[in-house]
Amino acid sequence: MISIQNVSKTFGRVQAVRDVTLDIARGEFFSLLGASGSGKTTLLRMLAGFEGVTSGKIVIDGQPMQDTPPHLRPINMVFQNYAIFPHLNVRDNIAYGLRRLGTPKAEQARMVDAMLEMIALPGYGDRLATQLSGGQMQRVALARALILKPKVLLLDEPLGALDKQLREQMQLELRSLQRQLGITFVLVTHDQEEALTLSDRVAVMSNGQVIQVDTPSGLYDRPVNRQVAAFVGTMNFFDARIRAQGPDTSAEIAGLGRHPVAPSARRDGDRVLVAIRPEGFALSPQPPEGPGPRVAGRLMARQYLGGRQLLHVAVEGRAAPVAVAAVAHRGQDPWEGMEDNPVWLGWSRDAMTVLDAD
Amino acid sequence: MAATEPFHSPNRPLALYALGFTLFLYAPILFIPLFSFNSGLYARFPLQDFTLAWYAELWTRGPVFAALQNSLQVGLTVAVISTVLAVPAAKALARYRIPGKGPILGFMLLPLVVPGLIFGVALLVLVSRLGIPLSLWTVGLGHIIICLPFAISILLPRFEGANRSLEEASADLGENAWWTFWRVTFPTILPGVMASLLLTFTVSFDEFIIAFFLSGTDPTLPMYIWNQLRFPQSFPSLLALSTLILVVSFGLVLASLRLARLNRDLPGRKTS
Ligand SMILES: Nc1ncnc2c1ncn2[C@@H]1O[C@H](COP(=O)(O)OP(=O)(O)OP(=O)(O)O)[C@@H](O)[C@H]1O
Ligand SMILES: [Mg+2]
Repeated sequence: MISIQNVSKTFGRVQAVRDVTLDIARGEFFSLLGASGSGKTTLLRMLAGFEGVTSGKIVIDGQPMQDTPPHLRPINMVFQNYAIFPHLNVRDNIAYGLRRLGTPKAEQARMVDAMLEMIALPGYGDRLATQLSGGQMQRVALARALILKPKVLLLDEPLGALDKQLREQMQLELRSLQRQLGITFVLVTHDQEEALTLSDRVAVMSNGQVIQVDTPSGLYDRPVNRQVAAFVGTMNFFDARIRAQGPDTSAEIAGLGRHPVAPSARRDGDRVLVAIRPEGFALSPQPPEGPGPRVAGRLMARQYLGGRQLLHVAVEGRAAPVAVAAVAHRGQDPWEGMEDNPVWLGWSRDAMTVLDAD
Repeated sequence: MAATEPFHSPNRPLALYALGFTLFLYAPILFIPLFSFNSGLYARFPLQDFTLAWYAELWTRGPVFAALQNSLQVGLTVAVISTVLAVPAAKALARYRIPGKGPILGFMLLPLVVPGLIFGVALLVLVSRLGIPLSLWTVGLGHIIICLPFAISILLPRFEGANRSLEEASADLGENAWWTFWRVTFPTILPGVMASLLLTFTVSFDEFIIAFFLSGTDPTLPMYIWNQLRFPQSFPSLLALSTLILVVSFGLVLASLRLARLNRDLPGRKTS
């Protein structure tokens, strides 16, 4: 559907986007995730046509688009600040793009009514756009784009300005709308939770480059480097060194000891980073049964997160405590008052991800 | 409160200064309406009876209406042309990164401070060299030159304050540059355009020196006043005429200033 081929963008001496290659499938909900300044908006604006590409190609639906002006691209965008026309009412805002299509007035009215219904704002048609709340403006911006039945909808941090509750509600609405319409969505966000909950696939960007493109669970479970791993959720990183002997590969992990890991191209003595999610550990007051890896430690602190908690466990040979996730049952929390007691950490081989040391 | 917030406490000396300043500015002008209602032929104290006779007499003077018509014609033409010319100039200055933007802007605003006398002489030389006969058209030409800086300085903040993403949204929704201008840009700058029309009209309507140099046989209203000053008996009705001009000019300029500020902080306009 969208094919971005070796696209770069330079502003003067700033390289905003470097050699990005991405393919986005029809009907996919695709997110660009990255820290501030990583080039997400620039990439999106090149898709919309507001910025030209410095080099590379953008192909949409088989048509090369990099030299097509924005008003001729089969793409619509929801702007970060909504860009609702302040001098028009809601109805005229939504119908804005229909003039050029020559849609008859009666048909326009019918389409706008259907849109108002869809965004759950029936009866708001005659309000001035400036009399709307942030969430309502957001919906009008969405309706204004969707009424044109674009092949692709671009969204630049569309929920950034909303409060948490409204944001979560709009996330659900966006997702179900996208399923229902089957339009390709490309969403820019710096909120990893938003990217993970909404998207079919996520591209993680940093410094103008795409570091990893994967499904949300792929990103969470198989981050390609420390940056992605740290950006998506909480992660424990351990310095480690590869010990390879014949077909068996293991890692000497600071604080956790030596344990077998999946074989890779790395050689004996290579410095690596072993990453384990807080959920990858099981914490018990006694040594766990079974053959899996384990290590003794001391419970340092508990961090309550509502329904679940992070337990911070100090282990020998590692300065920072290890974060371990546990449920926090109401009234029957086995870790209550257990600070400073010895505990055991258990984990499985699958929980360990071996990354290049940085 | 006042002790902890010196910045917001009422400042009596400063308020008095402002009052004195305003009086100083307007007191001389206030004599004009004052004497226009005075029944005496000469503008001097003590005042005599209140009268509207001078206003009535004005009504009977045919040349006043001819001059008024000339001034209106020139003023309206100048207002429209200088505003229309200023719109793209202000847009270019606000939108595009033009090398040497600062000097260009300064140059465009220069006529604000060049004495009208110098402009008048220069234009007269130019026009007569080119063999163009003097007429209301040449007056209009001179007025356009002095009105352009006013128009640009009113329109520029409108463009600078406008939210660019509105225009991008319009392009995104399929409208080309022409339609985007008419459907989005123009409505946002409309108050500025109105303000510019009012202000440039007033400037042209009140202008004397350039009109003096560049007009042919048709006088504008200020020139008519100038010509009539020779006749003492018409002085009171000139005061009446001046009063009317003052009132209209003040009204137009105030309206223009209000318009220029109107809706400057609508949501959807640039805040960052
Ligand atoms: N018009 C421009 N002129 C010059 N530099 C620009 C321009 N637009 C973006 N940049 C630079 O390009 C880089 C990427 O910017 P971009 O807006 O794409 O980041 P982003 O990932 O969207 O960040 P954010 O999350 O803060 O919106 C930044 O270093 C920015 O300063
Ligand atoms: Mg951005």
